[in-house]
Formats: sequence, C-alpha cells, structure tokens
Amino acid sequence: MIDHPDYGYDIAAVRADFPILRQNHHDNVPLIYLDNAASSQKPLQVIESIEQYYKGYNANVHRGIHKLSEEATSAYEGVRKKIRKFINAGSRREVIYTRGTTEGINLVANTWGREFLKPGDVILSTVMEHHANIVPWQILSAQIGTKVMYVPILPNGTLDMDAYERLLRDEPVKLVAVAHVSNVLGTVNPVEDMVKKAHEAGAKILIDAAQSAPHMPLDVQAIDADFLTFSSHKMIGPTGIGVLYGKRDLLEEMPPWMGGGDMISTVTLQGSTWNDLPYKFEAGTPSIAEAIGFGAAIDYLSNLGMETIHAQEQRITAYLLERMSEVPGITVFGPEADQKGAVAAFVVDGAHAHDVAQLLDAEGVAVRAGHHCAMPLHTELGVSATSRASFYLYNTYDEVDILIEALYKVQKTLR
Amino acid sequence: MHDLYREIILDHAENGRNWGLLEPNDFDHEEHNPLCGDTLHLTLRIDDEGIIREVGWDGSGCAISQASASMLGERLVGMPLKDAMQIDKQEVLDEIGIPLTINRVKCALLALKVLVVGGMGKREWERIEDEEEDDS
Repeated sequence: MIDHPDYGYDIAAVRADFPILRQNHHDNVPLIYLDNAASSQKPLQVIESIEQYYKGYNANVHRGIHKLSEEATSAYEGVRKKIRKFINAGSRREVIYTRGTTEGINLVANTWGREFLKPGDVILSTVMEHHANIVPWQILSAQIGTKVMYVPILPNGTLDMDAYERLLRDEPVKLVAVAHVSNVLGTVNPVEDMVKKAHEAGAKILIDAAQSAPHMPLDVQAIDADFLTFSSHKMIGPTGIGVLYGKRDLLEEMPPWMGGGDMISTVTLQGSTWNDLPYKFEAGTPSIAEAIGFGAAIDYLSNLGMETIHAQEQRITAYLLERMSEVPGITVFGPEADQKGAVAAFVVDGAHAHDVAQLLDAEGVAVRAGHHCAMPLHTELGVSATSRASFYLYNTYDEVDILIEALYKVQKTLR
Repeated sequence: MHDLYREIILDHAENGRNWGLLEPNDFDHEEHNPLCGDTLHLTLRIDDEGIIREVGWDGSGCAISQASASMLGERLVGMPLKDAMQIDKQEVLDEIGIPLTINRVKCALLALKVLVVGGMGKREWERIEDEEEDDS
C-alpha cells in the first residue's frame, strides 16, 4: 500500500455527510463519482436546510408582512451576506442572485454589453472557454456589431499570454471574458495578471469562476474583477442558483435586464423606476429554497476551509496525473499538476470517449465524455471528444486507484 | 395587537405633525418603499445658519412609515441640517418603540431615507442601511 499524505480533514466524516456516496452504482459495485466539474453531490446539511424551509417557513420573500415571509426573507438575505464574505465583495449589494454562471454571463452581455459596447468593439474571449462564455458574446455581436476574438493556447494547455497582450494592444478590446479555471484542461489562468493588463488597455473583465469558486479561496477585490460569476451546484449546493458579482459603480450604471416584480421602485402606466442594488437585477420570485441550500453549502465549505480543500485537491491531482502517466496509450490534456485544477480530460488510444465512459460506468466510475461544452477547444486539441475525470473534496486516493484499474480493463476490452 | 401599534404611533399616523408641503422651500425630496407602496415627500425651510426652521411633508402608506415621518419631522425643527443627516437609524427605530421585522424596518426608516438621500445621495443611504449588516 502506498502511504498517502493526510487529507487535512476527516475524509470519512465528510463522505458520511453525502448520502449518495453510500450507495452502490450497480449490484456490488460502489459508486466512484468523478464528474464533479459537471455537478457536485450534496451533503445532508444542504438537503436538510431545503427541507426545513419547505416544512417550516416557506413563503415569498421581500413582499409579505407575515412571520413566514419575514423568516424566509431573513434566511434568503442572510445567504447573500455569507456569499459576500465568501468572495470578499465590498458590499452585499454587489452580490446578484442568478440561476447560475450561464445566466450571470448573459446578464452582463444583455445589460452592460448592450449599453456600453459599440459596433466594432472587440470582446476578447479565449479558445479554452466553455460555450457559456462564447455563445452569449456571439449572439450579442450579431445584434450590435461587436466582434468576438479569442486568445489562443500554448501546447501545454496554458493561455498564450504574449498573444493576449498583443490582442489588447492591437485591437479595440472593451471586454475580456475568461475562465478562471478551464473545465477541460484544468488550467488555472493567471487572472490577477490578466485583469491588470485588461485594465491598462482600458477594457473591463468578466471572470467565469464556475470551476474555481468550488475549489479555491476567491477574493474578488484582490483579483480586482469587474464581473465574476459562478454556480451553486458545482460547490455542493442546489441547482438553479448562482451569483453574479459586479463592481458597484458598474452595476449602478447598468440598465436592468428582466423586468417584473421586486426589481422596481415605482411603476406607472407611463414608465417605471428601478429598485436599489441588488434587487434591480432580481425580477420575479427568486429561487428561495435553492439560495437557502446554497447558504448551507457555503457554511460547509467554509467550515472545512477553502485553503484546506484546495491543498487536498492539489495533492490528489498530482497523484492522479502520476498514476495516469503509468498507463500506456493514455493522453491527458492540460498543464502539470501545479498549474491545474482537479480535472483530467484524456483520450485512450484507439477508443472513443463514449465507449471509455460506458465501460468505466460498468466499473462504478462516473466520468463525463464528449466535448464538455467546449467544442472550439476540442477542435484546437484535434480530438472530437475526451473523457473527463474531475475530483472534489470527498474523493479519495483509493478512488484514483480504482479509476486506474478500470482504465486497464477498458484497454483490454477495446483492444 | 396593542403592543404592535402603540397609541402614539396611531396618533402620529392619523394626525401627522407638520403635514403639508412647504412652497417655497430649501429642501425637497421624495422616496418610495416598493414593499408597501409607501411614498414620502419632505420639504424643509432652512435659515442662513443652516438650521431647519420649518418642516412640511406629505405621503401615503402604512401607519409605521407615516408615524415615523411625523415623529422625525417634529424632531428636525430647530436642528442644523448637517446634524439631522447624522441622526442614527437606531434612534429612529427606538422612537417607534415596537419590534420591527426585516421587511418593516424599511417602512420605519423611510423618512430618514428621504432626508439622507435628498441631502447626501443614494450611496450614503445605502451605506447607512448596510451598517452592522455585513458583520455576519
């Protein structure tokens, strides 16, 4: 047996908090859940917080005078304060609830983008982006005449920073839209440096933190991001809730996106005025139960400590890459472990990613196969699809070993 | 019920002191509370020393918002405007004297909001409103 380093927390206790991990995937085959980059599992604390809301104080927020509405409002707004602290925003008013990362990006495209971008302006994305950080900019550009350009990647799967600087210098870039961590390569992009350079070039920057917020400490003020957005469901919280952080001055001057209840100050038949931040961007009854569950998730992660979680993920990533390099005929994409999140997208020689994933599933190992909503990146890598194993705080070194054994079996089967 | 709506609140709400807008005036601002649909319009006459000499307001809305406007208005007469802007929100809530839940605090503070937003802008009011809130 290999003597693994300590997890930095009680891994057995953590695993016991996630009911889904106790079940068998098939008869007598335990579940090895390695699809965390797509969505994470949920602990009892999150599940129970939602149950408590629906059983004990279910009501709409901000509107009612009765006790249930007051309790629901307090809980819902209390989570906003937790999120503020979690990302170190300057004010709770900079924390806008969304349905998730995708909605956060679309909100910026449809409000800030429509208001402040002009025909000919360049939106600078990257080749490694998730579709959610490409398509909204393409749609916007088709409508208002802006142009989307892309920072290329180097062979090691990191961004070509020389090209980034060149594009900022030579093109009328008004917005940079970049992932903090790639959902395929795992590359941790140098966002602080990118923000600095974007600002020097007079551009704003939006950071897609969907793959970083769950895994590492975030400080939006230290990063100096103009916008930053992430989803609850990838960080042990419920689906249907996420956050758009925006600098207050920018949010103030942006028009609203969706109109409806809760986002107004006054309404007449001739026109309306907008509510204060953050409510200006939160039309309609929000995802109340989901926000409360997200609060429980943030408590859970904060209790363990994001530094602690990140350190363990780096250890397990290093072990994973080491073990995968032992298996002949497997190519892992992306940089070395020290520049990489806990994600390994790979191809097995002579086998299609879907067949690999299907055979791994038979061994109890849940991975994703396909283009992971990053078709341009796969085109760049010269493959149609990859299999992707992605890890989180409850995954173990033993599970890495099981994945490796299963990969040997896959190779035997498909050979 | 009696605890919730003390007689003094009902009295202020029904017989608002300093009711009616001043024209001409030296201060004129209106704010809304989207929750209840409360509106509050405040006008002031201020002398050369910056002392508030006359208060006049009107509005519509719940008893809490109207009573707090009446109570605050009484207090403002004879006070320098710059001191009035510094009135602690907790003092206003204490004067109402009944327990207020998160949604109702906005009603009780609407009059102070009109004063602060009209005098120093929306951002200053948001700062005051958020005080102590972000310590959690």
